Amino acid sequence: MALTTAANAKKALSPPRRAPRRTGIDRMDRKRQRWGWLFVAPFGVVFLTFLVAPLAYAFWMSLQTNTLATGTTFTGLANYVKAFSDPIFLGGLGRVGQFALIMIPAQMIVALVAALVLDNLSTALSKFSRLMIFVPYAIPVVIGALMWGFLYSPRFGPATDIFGLIGLAAPDFLAKGSIFASLVNIVTWQWAGYYMIIIYAALRGIDPAIYEAARLDGANGRQIALRVKVPMISSSMVMVLIFSLIGTLQFFTEPQVLRAVAQGAIPVSYTPNMYAYSLAFSYSQFNYASAISFSLGIVVFIGSYLFLFVTRKQSGLK
Amino acid sequence: MKTKLLATIGVIAVAAAALTGCSAGTAAKTEASCTNKIVNKTAPQVTVWAWYPAFEEVVDLFNKTHEDVQVCWTNAGQGNDEYTKFSTAIESKSGAPDVVMLESEVLSSFTIRKALVDLTEFGANDVKANYTEGSWKDASSGDSVYAIPVDGGPMGMLYRKDLFDKYSIPVPTTWAEFETAAQTLKTAGSDGVLVNFPTNGRAFNQALFAQAGSVPFVYDSTSPTDVGIAVNDQGSKDVLNYWNGLVQKGLVTTDDAFTADYNTSLVDGTYAVYLAAAWGPGYLQGLSDADADAVWRVAPLPQWDAANPVQVNWGGSTFAVTSQATDKKLAAEVAIGIFGTDEAWKIGVEKGALFPSYAPMLDSDYFTNLEYPFFGGQQINKEVFLNAAAGYTGATFSPFQNYAYDQLTEELYSMVQGEQDGSKALDDLQASLVKYATEQGFTVAK
Repeated sequence: MALTTAANAKKALSPPRRAPRRTGIDRMDRKRQRWGWLFVAPFGVVFLTFLVAPLAYAFWMSLQTNTLATGTTFTGLANYVKAFSDPIFLGGLGRVGQFALIMIPAQMIVALVAALVLDNLSTALSKFSRLMIFVPYAIPVVIGALMWGFLYSPRFGPATDIFGLIGLAAPDFLAKGSIFASLVNIVTWQWAGYYMIIIYAALRGIDPAIYEAARLDGANGRQIALRVKVPMISSSMVMVLIFSLIGTLQFFTEPQVLRAVAQGAIPVSYTPNMYAYSLAFSYSQFNYASAISFSLGIVVFIGSYLFLFVTRKQSGLK
Repeated sequence: MKTKLLATIGVIAVAAAALTGCSAGTAAKTEASCTNKIVNKTAPQVTVWAWYPAFEEVVDLFNKTHEDVQVCWTNAGQGNDEYTKFSTAIESKSGAPDVVMLESEVLSSFTIRKALVDLTEFGANDVKANYTEGSWKDASSGDSVYAIPVDGGPMGMLYRKDLFDKYSIPVPTTWAEFETAAQTLKTAGSDGVLVNFPTNGRAFNQALFAQAGSVPFVYDSTSPTDVGIAVNDQGSKDVLNYWNGLVQKGLVTTDDAFTADYNTSLVDGTYAVYLAAAWGPGYLQGLSDADADAVWRVAPLPQWDAANPVQVNWGGSTFAVTSQATDKKLAAEVAIGIFGTDEAWKIGVEKGALFPSYAPMLDSDYFTNLEYPFFGGQQINKEVFLNAAAGYTGATFSPFQNYAYDQLTEELYSMVQGEQDGSKALDDLQASLVKYATEQGFTVAK
């Protein structure tokens, strides 16, 4: 239904044809364009209804202030001023910043090393290994985090037994001091395989003749890997970095799920997204939560833009 | 190349927005389908959200005995899961059920959002005599009644008699004796501890404070912008410092409550005592991996002053009518009637292990003399819980209870980490709650 309506609307809106001045090619272009719009329409409808409209509504909400006692008033950008001077929000941003510094390199290194090794092997084992490294990504994030919650548990996890073998007490993975590393581990476990596949695909796309040339010039395996392969896949690496940067700044699912077993170590406002979630759904401050979400969106946008700008050479965007 | 850059940025912006912005727009969907079977298909239906165990039988009973109205029941999640959905439905102004199960501690949080209907005009006061004084006070605010009490949580001490006998520990009646018992157990070299002190105990922690006379909040929905906050009274500080002492001496553990670890520790003998509400036995029996030799008994909650015992309550729930209800009178009839009979309560007690706030059941010989096989035939109601329920005079909760509990958890966690003592924890809690209430537009009386 939506399809035909969109097409009709398009027809009605297009200006009357002035055939004499137009060339044949021009007309064909326009006709093509119309078909193009038609093909895009299903996506466009969904995009507008489920993304643009909610975003606009959330933005509208973020311009109003609603407190429990006094009701809703329009306050313009006051919520944003509050957000960017809110120590909880800024503290959360600082925390995801730390996560970005540790977690992104960890994932990148694991993914890159795995991809480089797999690229060099051509045995059946390599296919199996590739699958195995990728499997964690196929597990839904919530399930993965729940599973790690059990693995970290002193009672159900293997750590107590393993450390017990050598007569040591197992560390408490869910304590305040170790929760950071525990979360880094979960994310790296889950995402390194996915990034590995991206990097591996890029490596496969390189013409093997280049390696041959490098080898003839006297390069050894390590040099080929670091001096030939890595530079040639730098645009994929930048893409992986962007993915993981955005993911890390919006860190939510893993800490939210682990919170169920470590409520002290992971407070409700651990990351900006968790803060927005609890503001909206635990404390019914939907307006301020919208402002926090948009503020985070702004930070993510600026961060990604800066990053792309800095790496424009490597990414091949320039 | 320029367009490619722009396109990439566009994609990033959209992806970023998709992941951050969508949280505000989601709305709960009205569940048209019921979990239960509708007996009388022509009668108007009242939708109900509740998570009571064995509730389906109660619903069936109601539907079979009512010609003019039928209950359409959905389990929308337990506690906070349900509240999140309900809260979203309030915000989006549609999708809430007609009748909703709420714990009494969150009633004020919803009345302030005008989400609940005052039931006095639908005859709530006519059934007032059917409920205990404390539970009725929990469900009302000023002259208004915002919910009909269902079950309560008078507190007692569940203990492992086998472990107490093994280490020859007398059953403590005061908190001083309780500490001695904890010390005895530790000195005897037991693997376990006497009890766990969860920093996320929320209402449990609050109940312990209440035993020392804490009145954390003053709130009345007739003057909705005034709230009194006093969480750092000396009584609460004494209680918290007592517990912090036990923690720092290593006499109790501080595991989070309601996790899989905690559940196992409850039943495998790691904790010799479970400080519980009257719904605790039901909770305990539902857990797996139980110690086969476990011998559980119930004793009254230890007291600060044995001569002047104070009874406290942990949890307890109600049925409220939402302001989105299509037929409020009918909804009120359901809220009052669904657990308003002895037959319904027989299911609630025997299958759901609930502790009624419904006085006719409480006063019945059946309930008083009920022997619980799980406790070796002990008449736990007669010996402990009825007395505890009778002594409970009600409490008042804040309209931002969830926030208050989250803050309490953070302060307690910081305390058991050794970063601060109990007095500072509560002073900080007071400061943060006053600040929050002021920001939310309340006039705060300290």
